[in-house]
Amino acid sequence: MSFLEIRNLYKSFGGLIAVRNVTVSIERGEIIGLIGPNGAGKTTIFNLISGTFPPDSGVIIFEGENIVGMIDYQVCQKGISRTYQIMKPFNKLTVMENILVGAFNKIKKKRLAMEFSLDLLNFVGLYSKRNDLASNLTIAEKKSLELARALATQPKLLLLDEVMAGLNPKEQNDAINLIMEINRKGITLLVIEHKMKIIMAISNRIIALHNGEKIAEGTPEEISNHPKVIEAYLGGKDTLA
Amino acid sequence: MPEINMFRRVKLFIIYIVIIFCIFLGLPQLLSSYFLHVLILILYFSFLGSAWNILGGYAGQFSFGHSAFFGVGAYTSSLLYIKIGISPWIGMFIGGILAAILGGFIGYLTFRYKLRGAFFALSTFAFSEMLRIIALNWEFTGKAVGILIPLIQGGSLQHFQFLNKITYYYTILFMLLTIWLVQYSFDHFKFGYYLKAIREEEEAAGSLGINILKYKTIALIISGFFTALGGTFYAQYMFYIDPDITFGTNVTIEMIVRTMLGGAGTVFGPLIGSTIIELASEVMRSLLGEYKGLHMMFYAIILILVMIFFPNGMMGLLRGKKKEEQKGI
Repeated sequence: MSFLEIRNLYKSFGGLIAVRNVTVSIERGEIIGLIGPNGAGKTTIFNLISGTFPPDSGVIIFEGENIVGMIDYQVCQKGISRTYQIMKPFNKLTVMENILVGAFNKIKKKRLAMEFSLDLLNFVGLYSKRNDLASNLTIAEKKSLELARALATQPKLLLLDEVMAGLNPKEQNDAINLIMEINRKGITLLVIEHKMKIIMAISNRIIALHNGEKIAEGTPEEISNHPKVIEAYLGGKDTLA
Repeated sequence: MPEINMFRRVKLFIIYIVIIFCIFLGLPQLLSSYFLHVLILILYFSFLGSAWNILGGYAGQFSFGHSAFFGVGAYTSSLLYIKIGISPWIGMFIGGILAAILGGFIGYLTFRYKLRGAFFALSTFAFSEMLRIIALNWEFTGKAVGILIPLIQGGSLQHFQFLNKITYYYTILFMLLTIWLVQYSFDHFKFGYYLKAIREEEEAAGSLGINILKYKTIALIISGFFTALGGTFYAQYMFYIDPDITFGTNVTIEMIVRTMLGGAGTVFGPLIGSTIIELASEVMRSLLGEYKGLHMMFYAIILILVMIFFPNGMMGLLRGKKKEEQKGI
C-alpha cells in the first residue's frame, strides 16, 4: 500500500471537467512535482486531497484510509497540510500568532506551541519578523509564512502550491534549500511549480497534467523529453507550423 | 526575548484592567444621581457591545440579530419572576442558558451552510424578528403591552430591585469585569487565536485543522449567553420590557455601533465606543432636545466617519500610533 494513493479521481464544475480519471500513487519520503499548463487541474487536485471540496468520484487513500468525504480540518488532523497559490495569511495577526494557530493542531499547551513556533520561525528565517503583522510582510516573507504555518501543523504530507512564484532568483534558491531540508526531515512533498528548472531540480518524480488528465509520469529526464508534455506546453505540430 | 515580552504584556494588561476597574469602583462617590445613571448606561452598553464583540469582533461573524438573545434574557427572567416568583438573579442565568441554546441552534443552522457576511446578518435578523412577532402576539408574554415588573417597597436584593443606583452600578460593573476577563482570555488562549484565524481567512483556518463550524458556533453560544444577561439587567433596571424594546433592531444597532466605533475585536473597544456615544448623545440631547431624532442623525454621521477614516475603530487608532512610535525608536 502506498503512502498516498489516488484512484480514478473525477471532478467537474458545471460543464467543465477539471480533473478526469487521475490515478497517482506516492511513496513516503518522495518529492513529487505536479506540472501542467494553466487550467490543467493541478490546484483542483490539491483542493480535492485537502478536503476543500469532495470529488465527484474516485478514492484518495492516505496511509491506508480513504479520506474522501473528510472536511479540510479532518484531513489536516490526519497529517496533510497545504499552502495556497493565492496566499491567505491571517493579516491582522502577528507572524508568531499565524504560526501558533497552525501549531495548535498537534500541540495543546500554549507554552510548548510557542517554543515549537519559534523554532519554526528560525527555520524559515522569519524570527526577526515574529512580532510584525502578517500584512506588513513582503511577498517572499508571506510565502515563507505560508510554508511555516503549514509545517506548524506537523504534517506527514505537505502540498505546496507555487511557493516560488514571484520570488527573485536568490529567494528561489533559499526556498529550494528549505524544501530539500523539509524533505530530509521525513516529510513527503507534492509540489506544484511552473518553473521547469526548479521542478526538475527538486523532484524525484514528475506528474504532468493537461486538461484535467494525467498525460505523463516519470523522472525529470523522462518528462522533459516526453512528446505529450512538449505538445501540451508548446502546442501540437500543426499549431507550430 | 519573546517570552519575557509576552509576560510583560500580560502583566501590563492586568494592570490596565485593575486600574480601570478601580477608577470605576470609586467613581460613584463623586457623582450625582444623573451622572451615575449615565455611567450605568455606559457600562451597560459596553457589556452588551462586548457580548456582540465575541462573535462580531473576534470571530468576525457579523450578527444583526443579537436582540434575539437580549429579548430571550429579558423575557425569561421577567416571566419567571411574575409568573412563578423565581428570583431574577436565577432567571438571569436560566435566560442565559436558553439564549445559549438558541445561539447553538442558530449557529448550527447558519454556519453549517457556510452563511457569511450579509447572508449571516440577514439570517440572524430573521430570527430576532421571528421572536419579536411571537412576543407581540402571544398572550403569555403580554403581547404589545409588554411586562411591567411589580415593584417591591424599599427594594430587595433578593428580587434584583434596588432603590439606589449604586447597587445597579456595581452589578453591571461586575458583569463587565467578567466579560472583560473572558475577552482577555481570547487574546491569550487557543480558542481566541482560532476565532481570529477564522475571521481573517476562513479557508486557511480550515486547512490548519480548525473545525470552523464548531468554533463559530461556540462563539455564538458564549455571545448569546452574555447578551441575555444584559437583557435581564435591562429589565430589572427599567422595570419594563416590551417586544419592540427587547427584540427590536435598536438594541442590536447600539451593540454594533458602539463596538465598531471603539474597535471591534478588542477588549476595551466597546467601553471606549460606548463612552463616546453616551456622552455625545447626552450633550446632543440637552443642546438639541427640541429637534427630535437629530441625535440619531448624529449617530449615523459618526458611524460613517469612523468607517471611512478609522475602520479599526478608536483602539485601532491608538494601536497604530503605538506601533509607529516603536518603529521610530
